[in-house]
Amino acid sequence: METLERLLLGHEFLAGIDPALGRRLVGCARNLRFAPGEYLFREGGPADEFYLIREGRVALELHAPARPPIVIESLGGGEMVGASWLVPPYRWGFDARATADTRVFGLDAHCLRGKCDADHHLGYEMMRRLLPVMVRRMQAARQQMLDVYGHPPA
Amino acid sequence: MSAAPPAALADPMLPAPWRVRAVRRETADVVTLDLVPLASGVPCFAPGQFNMIYAYGVGEVPVSLSGDPADRSCFVHTVRAVGAVSAAIAGAAPGSVLGLRGPFGSAWPVDAAAGHDLLIVAGGLGLAPLRPAIYRVLARSERFGRIAVLYGGRGPAELLFRDELAVWGARADVTVAVTVDHADPSWHGHVGVVPRLIGQIGFDPPNTVALLCGPEVMLRFTATALRAAGVAAERIHLSMERNMKCAIGLCGHCQFGPDFVCQDGPVLRYDRIAARLAVREI
Amino acid sequence: MSPTAPPGPDAQTTPVLLDRAGLQALVDALVARGFDVIGPTLRDGAIVYDRIADIAALPAGWTDRQEAGRYRLERRADAALFGYAVGPQSWKRFLHPPEETLWRARRQDDGFTITPEPPAPAPFAFLGVRACELHAIAIQDRVFLGGAHQDPGYAARRQGAFLVALNCGTAAGTCFCASMGTGPRAESGFDLALTELIDAARHDFLAVAGSEAGAALLAVLPTRPAGSDATAAAEAVLARTKAGMGRHLDTDGLKERLQANPEHPRWDAVAARCLACANCTLVCPTCFCTSVADHTDLAGTEATRVKRWDSCFTADFSFIHGGSVRASGKSRYRQWLTHKLAHWIDQFGSSGCVGCGRCIAWCPVGIDITAEAAAIRAMPGKAVGEGKGGNA
Repeated sequence: METLERLLLGHEFLAGIDPALGRRLVGCARNLRFAPGEYLFREGGPADEFYLIREGRVALELHAPARPPIVIESLGGGEMVGASWLVPPYRWGFDARATADTRVFGLDAHCLRGKCDADHHLGYEMMRRLLPVMVRRMQAARQQMLDVYGHPPA
Repeated sequence: MSAAPPAALADPMLPAPWRVRAVRRETADVVTLDLVPLASGVPCFAPGQFNMIYAYGVGEVPVSLSGDPADRSCFVHTVRAVGAVSAAIAGAAPGSVLGLRGPFGSAWPVDAAAGHDLLIVAGGLGLAPLRPAIYRVLARSERFGRIAVLYGGRGPAELLFRDELAVWGARADVTVAVTVDHADPSWHGHVGVVPRLIGQIGFDPPNTVALLCGPEVMLRFTATALRAAGVAAERIHLSMERNMKCAIGLCGHCQFGPDFVCQDGPVLRYDRIAARLAVREI
Repeated sequence: MSPTAPPGPDAQTTPVLLDRAGLQALVDALVARGFDVIGPTLRDGAIVYDRIADIAALPAGWTDRQEAGRYRLERRADAALFGYAVGPQSWKRFLHPPEETLWRARRQDDGFTITPEPPAPAPFAFLGVRACELHAIAIQDRVFLGGAHQDPGYAARRQGAFLVALNCGTAAGTCFCASMGTGPRAESGFDLALTELIDAARHDFLAVAGSEAGAALLAVLPTRPAGSDATAAAEAVLARTKAGMGRHLDTDGLKERLQANPEHPRWDAVAARCLACANCTLVCPTCFCTSVADHTDLAGTEATRVKRWDSCFTADFSFIHGGSVRASGKSRYRQWLTHKLAHWIDQFGSSGCVGCGRCIAWCPVGIDITAEAAAIRAMPGKAVGEGKGGNA
């Protein structure tokens, strides 16, 4: 347990967190390992776990019938995966697939939400770590929408 | 006193004939041409500079030099067929003759970056104007701190110089990270915009020089991300694209605020143009 | 031969008088020396610069009345030869012509050869160059000859040119050279400068040389000494013209305000009126932008490259693959005005405006550069504090 605490609090997502607050997350956490090709979760499935990638790479994919799936973003060590666990109805909006040997911390969403609800200080600490990441990713998605390297419309 | 005969001046608008020695296909619509002069030696050029290339009877467009500045046997140009002139140039067969004026424009401050960490950030076709800088840096990599090449493209099939990227990436003295806007699941590399790569490599922001080339939107967001990471604005250099016609500051087309991009650029310092970059249609 | 060279020790800088026969003798002498003499003539209801051999071609007794969007010729009460302000054209038309073939390429078995177009045969002599126009020529000299690369065609035409300046005897409603420091007195950059003196008693031209070439020419003309009354009369002409300026442009702090206010609401207001017709850039004596067109004959054996005036108001001026950088009329007007009055100073060391007022008169909707500049200048903007972006 001491090792998990040290490793979890050493993750970039929690960098600089008050150890007293950080320790409260340890009880929700577990170590997970995904082989290349394995899915962390699939679109529509219950968003019951929040993932912090320790190492490896995770591709976020969207699929449509009769078309190959599209990778919309890839995430690596030090990054977090997904925010659907925070937002009702707690369902994933895309697939997450490991594309390399990937080790993650999984934090149980039920446990996490409960602790954040009970302790708004902890809840706020999580929000101010999550929100900048979400905003950066939204901005990146907007830039991707521009298709800046593509042929301009004639 | 009488009417004096006009004195002759060397005409900077006169193209010289160059022969296409070799053609390499890079992607579906991008080729790299090796050009050799019919009449003279191959001039020196500085990484970041461009030539005006003329397709007989069709017209002339600016094309960055994409070869090794140490190779004096030919000029190398990487061209994407986007209009009538660039399509004619990209379609030039080995042995055919193109007109060429140049080299023109400002250069990447490669030598001035010695002693610093160096981030070379390219988007799409923007890797071509940066490749001469990469060659020069890698030839003397011991002069620099950490060296990274960050490259973003639309999709895996549209990436330039993939073989060379792999060769560079295998070297111990340089980090290469490639990302694409989207991919099918057979792509195991990064997916996402170029600025996202900045957080994934090790460098010392206060001691970093960054060279940026790509679409203007990508330049803007990359420069913003570098500033946020702590890179000084005056150590960020970017290559601008404007409508260059004469390449010698006389036709007025490529003005970007007070700068003539053909002459003051294409490589410009970010701190001097940051405010302008934020203004639409300037 | 350089018109900007000051007169040497032998030059005759003392003012002398020429009568009308003397003026004809000046034209004759220039023709005899091989110059293509260009001066003001009457055509299509305007005063335009054209080839002349006889001073009878000059617009005797005509003047121009100019206001925003308005240019009309009117009869004068006298027979003054230069009794107008400025017509639609400037000398740019000759030194930097609207169309110029740069070179011809000939297809051969082994590629092609390119041959530059030979320069025009005869040098120009300009008769009646106004102070604002001398400044405009000096500005285009800096554009085409002052940088790292020179325009050889312009250099050839300019180097041979002989400039006869004319101190303005009348100011139009659109004139504002006095506030730009570019007139109405011709102070330098000419070979000869004339002031037309006309009243019931006389019709003479007070002449001074501005170069050795001018002094040498003046020495062979039928002149007579100018008395103090003549020099006083010439001063009075200039004082009257200066007082008669119809407009004023305050340039103090203007560059900084323009560069700091790219989103000023005035740009939207002027864009709502501007037709993007490019008239202002065509009549402007300093606007220098050009484009090139490539042509081939039907057989494809010969290709030519032709340089033509272009304008920052045209849709494809700023085209890069994908579209125009400046798609809106607002951005094009902003580019023109900001370049002319602000960026030009960074680029070439002076304003690009000489206060001739042509852009005001020839704007079909009467947009007034002095009013637009004043509106932007009136509103302080946050300083952007940018110079040129070069790497040096």
